[in-house]
Amino acid sequence: MAIYSLKETKQPPQSQTKAILWLKDNLFSSALNVLLTFVALYILYLLLPPILNWTIFDANFDMTADNQSCGREGACWSFINANLKMFIYGFYPQEELWRVNTMFGLIAVLIAFGSLIKNSQYRAHYIIGSFLIYPVVAFILLHGGLGLEVVETDKWGGLTLTVVVAAVGIVASFPLGILFALGRQSEMRVVKFISVVYIEFVRGVPLITILFMASVVLPLFFSAGMDFDKLLRALIGITLFQTAYIAEVIRGGLQAIPRGQYEAADAAGLSFMQKTTLVILPQALKISIPNIVGSFISLFKDTTLLLIIGLFDMLAIVGAATSNSNWLGRETEGYVFVAMVIWVILYSMSHYSKRLEVRFSTEHK
Amino acid sequence: MSELINKKIGEKGCCDIIEIKGLNKWYGDFHALKEIDLNVKEGEIIVVCGPSGSGKSTLIRCVNFLEKFQEGSILVDGTELTDDVKKIRQVRSEVSMVFQHFNLFPHLSIIDNLTLAPIWVHNETKQESREKALKLLDRVGIKDQAEKYPNQLSGGQQQRVAIARALCTSPKIMLFDEPTSALDPEMISEVLDVMIELAKEGITMLCVTHEMGFAKKVADRVIFMDEGQVIEQNTPEKFFENPESERLQLFLDQILTQ
Repeated sequence: MAIYSLKETKQPPQSQTKAILWLKDNLFSSALNVLLTFVALYILYLLLPPILNWTIFDANFDMTADNQSCGREGACWSFINANLKMFIYGFYPQEELWRVNTMFGLIAVLIAFGSLIKNSQYRAHYIIGSFLIYPVVAFILLHGGLGLEVVETDKWGGLTLTVVVAAVGIVASFPLGILFALGRQSEMRVVKFISVVYIEFVRGVPLITILFMASVVLPLFFSAGMDFDKLLRALIGITLFQTAYIAEVIRGGLQAIPRGQYEAADAAGLSFMQKTTLVILPQALKISIPNIVGSFISLFKDTTLLLIIGLFDMLAIVGAATSNSNWLGRETEGYVFVAMVIWVILYSMSHYSKRLEVRFSTEHK
Repeated sequence: MSELINKKIGEKGCCDIIEIKGLNKWYGDFHALKEIDLNVKEGEIIVVCGPSGSGKSTLIRCVNFLEKFQEGSILVDGTELTDDVKKIRQVRSEVSMVFQHFNLFPHLSIIDNLTLAPIWVHNETKQESREKALKLLDRVGIKDQAEKYPNQLSGGQQQRVAIARALCTSPKIMLFDEPTSALDPEMISEVLDVMIELAKEGITMLCVTHEMGFAKKVADRVIFMDEGQVIEQNTPEKFFENPESERLQLFLDQILTQ
């Protein structure tokens, strides 16, 4: 038998050259890893120079150049500059563009103002109020009315249309998705049946089908005089589609909540509504954040399908701009530009979702 | 002997606060509770023990209707438990429960865990429920953790929070469902100490536990269940020193020789 004294707590051993250690651990740890590293380097060697040459070194950054004087070796970025308004606003009338700018500007103002409110209760009121009032203001700004000239929705396009459709789809499908997720878990047979049928039907059909049905089949049911707005029909179709996916994502979150949480809420005497909104949903939504955002990201990408029913989102604008005889053959520049804009937006969304996860984390820190 | 029991019970309040008559419960075809009759006086401390699967948890979970039952009746403080949601909530607002796995709400801070039911079920103001909650946290010795989240605490601390949460609604009856079974050994006593303190204050307690030391110390009555029935009930002295039924003797031999 022996007695041992307590050992001292020491710092972990430090190596002087962290960079070399990192390289060794991550790139050259085994024979296979060494091989993969060199294969990857070779692929980069093949791909990077032509890409960089086209986008930067051989490209023409002269914003006044036209299609002829631009040259064909590299990208002609004046194409983007010349068509920038179309990419952002579509075919929205020139003299009314301030209305779109105001609409986007208001979002920034709302967010900036909201971040100044520290009291959590006022903040909640502010957010709910914004969600109720802003869509109305945005609609009047974009569409017209109240003294503003009416701009029909077939004039809307570009990034504006993409953002409007994605935003409406997200804001409308989120609460509906929660309702259907709860409906699918409900003990009331009829509610459960309707939810299951709806979710399974919509998920079993491609988005294009739903868009076609909304834009071609739906009007058949209405009398000739009743003309539904095309964009409105598309919005309804996208919202219905997105609702089913959000519902399934949130159901996944609901199923991850242990039974004990329901029991503790019940035992405390909370009503069904209180239990759902105060105990179950906050936890289920928190778990679902990555999947909800992932679902919103695919919705954003799906807005490019609007082209099929004759609406010009940002991607479709590339086709429209290059069909202008002044800019024939500049599709590549257009697609690269649109891809970069969409990537920036979607990457911001996914980055924001990571920040939300950290913010709501209640684990050990 | 029944005189002895009655004498002991007589010291507590006069009236039955829980009356269980002819209670039967089935899970599918499995007969989980068989013809249970049990009356609990106001202020009485009852410990329920028995082998696993004997129906002891099911029994106390019937008292706040976490489990539905098919036959029999349960009256809690004069309110009969039926499918009527209002009556169920009425009973639940007077009965608090402490669970084996704590079941704290992980998305709420400790203080918010405590004030949730007082604010939403008992319509108390944020201010008064908060003051009461802090007092209770002080009593269970974790006032300084009020703003932390449950997952940041140890098991023993979490269970003490759960007890404080249960007390925060000023219940007439406390149900304990194996409150120490999920704890590391060194944390059991800190929870039991809180429960012993509580028992001395005269609240009605119905407690499923294997902590026989706790039963000997504070119980007014110990109930032994097996195969869904009450096999034997007695004062703790008689229960441990002179178990009558063979099955109880066997059970006590098993857990006391551990």
